Amino acid sequence: MLISARNLWFAYAPRAWSPPGRPVLRDVSLDLASGARLGILGPNGSGKTTLLKLLAGVLAPTSGSVALDGIALSQISRRTVARRIAMVPQNTHPAFDYTVFELALMGRYPHLGAFEVESHADLAIAHEALAATGTQEFAARLFSTLSGGEQQRVVIASALAQQAELLLLDEPTASLDPGYQLEIAELLRALHRQRGIGLVLSTHDLNMAASVCDTLVLLHHGEVVAAGATADVLTPDRIASLYGIHADVRFHDAAGHLVVVPVRRAP
Amino acid sequence: MTTSPPASSLRPRASTGFVPPPSSRVLAVSVWAFVVAFASCLLAPLFGSTSISLTRAFDWSQPWATNIDAQVFFIARLPRVLAAALVGSALASAGVVFQALLRNPLASPFTLGISAGAALGAMLVLTFGGALASAAWATVPLASFLGAIGAVAVVYLLAAARHRGFSTTVLLLAGVTLNSLLSALILLVQYFADMTRAMQTLRWLLGDLDVASYQPLVAALPMLVVACGIFLWLPRALNVLALGDDHAAGRGVDVLRVQRLAFFSASLATGAAVSIGGPIGFVGIVVPHLVRLLVGADHRLVVPASLGFGAAFLVACDLISRTVIAPIDLPVGIVTALIGGPFFLWLLIRSA
Repeated sequence: MLISARNLWFAYAPRAWSPPGRPVLRDVSLDLASGARLGILGPNGSGKTTLLKLLAGVLAPTSGSVALDGIALSQISRRTVARRIAMVPQNTHPAFDYTVFELALMGRYPHLGAFEVESHADLAIAHEALAATGTQEFAARLFSTLSGGEQQRVVIASALAQQAELLLLDEPTASLDPGYQLEIAELLRALHRQRGIGLVLSTHDLNMAASVCDTLVLLHHGEVVAAGATADVLTPDRIASLYGIHADVRFHDAAGHLVVVPVRRAP
Repeated sequence: MTTSPPASSLRPRASTGFVPPPSSRVLAVSVWAFVVAFASCLLAPLFGSTSISLTRAFDWSQPWATNIDAQVFFIARLPRVLAAALVGSALASAGVVFQALLRNPLASPFTLGISAGAALGAMLVLTFGGALASAAWATVPLASFLGAIGAVAVVYLLAAARHRGFSTTVLLLAGVTLNSLLSALILLVQYFADMTRAMQTLRWLLGDLDVASYQPLVAALPMLVVACGIFLWLPRALNVLALGDDHAAGRGVDVLRVQRLAFFSASLATGAAVSIGGPIGFVGIVVPHLVRLLVGADHRLVVPASLGFGAAFLVACDLISRTVIAPIDLPVGIVTALIGGPFFLWLLIRSA
């Protein structure tokens, strides 16, 4: 098992020095094999983002543990973890005007020592990551001048340059138009198909989850309410109890995956 | 996995804008920055009430006692020019570090109130320290550093309390508040000082590099060296930190450790700079911005460039301050404020 999370509880402290408040995650356990394609679904505030951060080791659980190849994340240095697991947070607003290439090159951080400078191999890896996401033509442009979809692809490229075997993405299509949404989904499927990269993504886009993920975890108020194969979990009943909507779920031949059509708000 | 990358990806077409390897850029930018700083230190002492010649100042065949040019160069003017260079470097690079840490290009030691904290620390020792201040030569820089750390602690607590980071509004309000609070305390200290002491410190509080000897520079040097060493270790982490804490942690940065180290080193640099020249404003804003226009946003270029160009900038400002209405010698803080104030407003307008 690549990652195994056991009995995760997490509560944010309202201030850095104050005691933890209400738990955001309650007793969450899950296992990830390498090459997994896991979707984390749940209403707003259900703890999706927090769970991703715990899996990436960006946050430490209040109780419980996350292990990478059987070793607790808390025992492994951040750099070592980052060489195995890369994370794509939901929003990227650099404080300074980095070029696209500079941003991609930042993915090499965990592979380099403090005073080490990128070798030609590192530059090649960054270029290749940009090429894999179709953003190589933007290399010399400023990140801030790209569209939302282009920016997201560049951030994914930067995570790819980390050469991690597992990619965690927090709502990767949240602010994108349908064209870019499809593009990102296709990119993720291609990364999995061609490189065997494992994917964990949190999303509200049920169709995107159905198109990319083979397993799903449903979170509600920080608790896992269902987990399993996409076809078993993504049912009208579950969707109704999770989001309070009646939805039509059926296999779409042209799309090649389950599609969810929200019909009306449940009474 | 680093073996045999596709040959084409090493040399993309010219239209994709091939970016030269960072190693060569870092070296080139560092060398340029150093040359500019060095040249400014060599040339600035030549100007003043009596003009002197560089060749005669460095003419070792003449005995020291009769070489007026050398005496003016090395005794009357060089200490002040070096003070400007050290202070300029320290404030500019501390500005870069604060900006990356707080993810806001308008942060600087001066606008955050860190300089005022350092000034208060130094003032306390200068006014009440008495024997303490003269007993150990590094007392003033140390007190100045402690003052800076105190102000940084306030900023740090604010940042920790609002773990979403600093908006420009909060940043500016916190800076204004901290500055006026600390100014009140500084005035209080001055109120208790005797008249001559108060006049001396007033000039220093306006930002003054008239150091008269090498002694204050030597006293502050160890702190500057340590800060500078840490600054050169930080840039790659600062690059990622400027994307946000989650991004940085996901890239393998030990966020808390880097933040603490960065706050510590920037406080050291600010403390040392203020102990030499008082709270000179806007260097930490103007220089990093101009540097970014020249070399881009990569901190591996911005940090060394700010160290060099910061030195040259303050040497130039100091040259203006002591020549523009000679023989009157303006406090350099007035010159930097006259340049930096409008610049800061322009940045505010542009970012709005």
